[in-house]
Amino acid sequence: MSELLQFLFSGLTVGAVYALVALGFTIIYNASDVVNFAQGEFVMLGGMMTVFAYAAGLPLPLAALIAIVATAGVGVALNKLAIEPARGAPVVSLIIITIGASIFLRGVAQVLFGKQIHRFPSFSGDTPFRIGGATILPQSLWVIAGGLTVFVALYLFFTKTLTGKAVLATSNNRLAAQLVGINTNWVMTLSFALSAAIGALAGVLITPITNTSYDVGIALALKGFAAAMLGGMGNPKGALVGGLLLGVLEALTAGYLSSQYKDAAAFVIILLVLFIMPQGLFGIKQTERV
Amino acid sequence: MRLSNKSATLLVLAALIALTPIFFPSSFYYRVGSLIFINGLAVTGMVILIGYAGQISLGHAGFAGIGAYSCALMPVHWGIPVLLAAVLGAIISALLAFLVGRPILRLKGYYLGVATLGFGILVYMALTNEAWLTGGPDGTQVPDSGLRDAAKAIGINLKNSEFWYWFCGVVLMIGAWLALNLYVSPTGRALRALHGSEIAARTVGVDVARYKLQAFVISAVYASAAGSLVALQNQFVTPDIAGYMHSIEWVTMTVLGGAGSVLGAIFGAGILTLLPQVLTMFAEYEQLLLGLIMMLVMIFMRDGLLPSVLRLIRGKDE
Amino acid sequence: MTFRNLTTTAAAISAFAVPAMADINIGASLAETGPAAFLGDPEAKTLRMEVDKINAAGGINGEQINLIIYDDGGDANKARTFATRLVEDDEVVAVIGGTTTGPTMAMIPVFEDAEIPFISLAGAVEIVEPVNPWVFKTPHTDRMACEKIFADMVSQGFTKVGMISGSDGFGKSMQAQCKGVAEASGVEIVADEVYGPQDADMTPQLTNIKGSGAQAILNSGMGQGPAVVTRNHTQLAIDAPLYQSHGVASKQFIELAGTEAAEGVRLPAAALLVADQLPDGDAQKPVVQGYRDAYEAETGEDVSTFGGHAYDALYILKAAIEKAGSTEPAAIRDAIEQTAGFMGTAGEVNYSPEDHLGLTLDAFEMLEIKNGEWTIVE
Repeated sequence: MSELLQFLFSGLTVGAVYALVALGFTIIYNASDVVNFAQGEFVMLGGMMTVFAYAAGLPLPLAALIAIVATAGVGVALNKLAIEPARGAPVVSLIIITIGASIFLRGVAQVLFGKQIHRFPSFSGDTPFRIGGATILPQSLWVIAGGLTVFVALYLFFTKTLTGKAVLATSNNRLAAQLVGINTNWVMTLSFALSAAIGALAGVLITPITNTSYDVGIALALKGFAAAMLGGMGNPKGALVGGLLLGVLEALTAGYLSSQYKDAAAFVIILLVLFIMPQGLFGIKQTERV
Repeated sequence: MRLSNKSATLLVLAALIALTPIFFPSSFYYRVGSLIFINGLAVTGMVILIGYAGQISLGHAGFAGIGAYSCALMPVHWGIPVLLAAVLGAIISALLAFLVGRPILRLKGYYLGVATLGFGILVYMALTNEAWLTGGPDGTQVPDSGLRDAAKAIGINLKNSEFWYWFCGVVLMIGAWLALNLYVSPTGRALRALHGSEIAARTVGVDVARYKLQAFVISAVYASAAGSLVALQNQFVTPDIAGYMHSIEWVTMTVLGGAGSVLGAIFGAGILTLLPQVLTMFAEYEQLLLGLIMMLVMIFMRDGLLPSVLRLIRGKDE
Repeated sequence: MTFRNLTTTAAAISAFAVPAMADINIGASLAETGPAAFLGDPEAKTLRMEVDKINAAGGINGEQINLIIYDDGGDANKARTFATRLVEDDEVVAVIGGTTTGPTMAMIPVFEDAEIPFISLAGAVEIVEPVNPWVFKTPHTDRMACEKIFADMVSQGFTKVGMISGSDGFGKSMQAQCKGVAEASGVEIVADEVYGPQDADMTPQLTNIKGSGAQAILNSGMGQGPAVVTRNHTQLAIDAPLYQSHGVASKQFIELAGTEAAEGVRLPAAALLVADQLPDGDAQKPVVQGYRDAYEAETGEDVSTFGGHAYDALYILKAAIEKAGSTEPAAIRDAIEQTAGFMGTAGEVNYSPEDHLGLTLDAFEMLEIKNGEWTIVE
């Protein structure tokens, strides 16, 4: 029993990491139909900048704040310098731009920060909580809480605020959105800033658990993307559930079946889910206009 | 020059393959050339899938893994000749593509992307984990195919890299010729129709599922053949060949060069294979520049390099 | 148009690739980026730093070294291409590198074909077994690490071992070697778990090991995975002591795992990490202290044994070229094979026609982390 609980704790910890990355994908996707392959690099930047600001002597919360704001700035710059000039290009071309951006950001981080692996201390120490014979680290609770907070904030943003609805409107029909007076350029800029900030926040929260280096973004983006697709791309609920589900699946497979094939098991489940629900767990069926 | 023109494309390709070696300062360039041709072969398959049929795949390197490891494992474990193993690898890839293609191709866009990604990762994980069979992450030897010795026997005595340049060049020509024939065939027309709109294609009686599956299977065979060529040439293979970064690289080459035409995609393969070799002189700025160039190309040449360049030339002529 | 583009590009590259004449061209293909950058980065930095030093001191036999390093990212196919480039285009007389085993094995046929001596920095036994006349290596093999660790476990009365390994080349190779020598070493592997190199949490695997009755735990892995394993080991309050491999042999590991969690962790490593604790008069002491001080002053980073492998390879090569009095690859190869009594960061190297590793188990020290510092286990 305590074993199962330990596996679940592990799964929730890892799942919350995936969920945080997955949540970052949703806003840009909702505004532009583009899956931003540089999302993992936002996470990396958040972690790395915090590492260096903290090492320079700043208190951790301030270092984290600077990292998040600066990463949001990188997101805005990416939109202004690369996505906006390519307006009207096919979605697949925009995706290649984000792949290029991810390689570029990795290259910049490599030059600026070096290639060493880094970490900063956990927010509330490393003394684990013991529940029913299993343990969970305080930092895991921070990550889970972070994931839930971002989810709630995004949910409210998309359903309750005018700006959030403007983002959705821009995604549905850019021209129509412009006609009803939505400044779609501004919506895009805002989306990139928010996505980058969420990514950076994820980086800040997970680095004490996962460590960080200039190239952690690739693996994080892969799992975050898979989680978002499992849940249904564009839906914050899907990102959260998809992420947690993926983490728990991996942990249970590692615990009960084979740690060797835990990633494989996760992808088999994703394939099976998509065969039954082609839009993911919470995706909305889109109709094709002819 | 029209990009869809079959004989023009083949002529340009043949001329490039035959004449560029004149400018090679050392036989290292034959090696780079052969890699361009191998990637060119794979992206020719991607053109059939992406450019003709309008479907995406982030997992085709999985088929390359099957093609490559067939050449490595079948001769050692079952005594099958290497070249026959390459053919069997292509057949296995086709069968596997047929089996997974049916359910996967019902998905659209990103969902198709993640499903194919998952397929590729499963192949990669099998190659990495089943070390008793595959040698694990550190890779395994591939027996000599004997092709170069056979060429020697008929009087063609070439250095290793030179031999593979010409061999891969010929295979690419055959692959391009088949793909261009497909383009003008009824199947090609059906594919282009469903690329425009699946619903419209269905309405006029196109069996959408069947044609998508055909494109998927054919492109898998191309990827498998490319994987086999890598294995045969290197005589060594690691699971990285099936890695998802490799799949994404092929999609990038295709789109960057121009997914709509065989020549465009091969052009993209050439640029992205050559670029890392050129960028080595910038040492640690290599990655940064590679990313920057990719972004700039897509921003300013959104239909891909080759179509944009050609439009530029034509624009000047007028 | 396409044609002209390609040819001008080709011409442009060739213009950059002209090697300076009358220098000694030494090549290297290392994983400066990619999953093994943790190893390849210090290797490349070491080579650049030491070559500058050698050149400033007048070079080898009065000739300057022209060092050409390519970054293969740990990818075997890329490494193979760079190997061809080093041989055909840069016309090197010897090559150092292959940070990991896959790229090393992919490059060997090229150097064998071109008859260029090659000193690998990768761990696996298969690089030098069977002996290839042109291939040498400087790091200890993973099999030696397994033997050293198991011997230490047995001496403490631990015979039931739980293994947890990274799924990368390093981890899988060592996992296989350890399972191979377990019986002969007198231990039994009672649990065998695996994790991905980027995984965030290994508590499920460790929970299973805990339940398996293991008396000691061995983690074969490199990079950041072992740091997570170490923290999780503490989190689960597992009594069985944790042994790491030589793949984490750098001060940075202690920082990543946290001083508290790393306390009591043991691992086999070369004396480089404990340079100051070697007895005065130990022939290795000045070598490792000198390299460590120079590396840390140059890069501002903690020294690791990986950079040390590159240091050893370069100086073995330098001695061989001096001895051969020639830059003929075949003469250099013969001289490398005659290397005897060479004192490097990994220990004393004695190559012979039958032994292209040249290290013994004595060169390994068993280290334990105490109060955030490496100490030699008596």
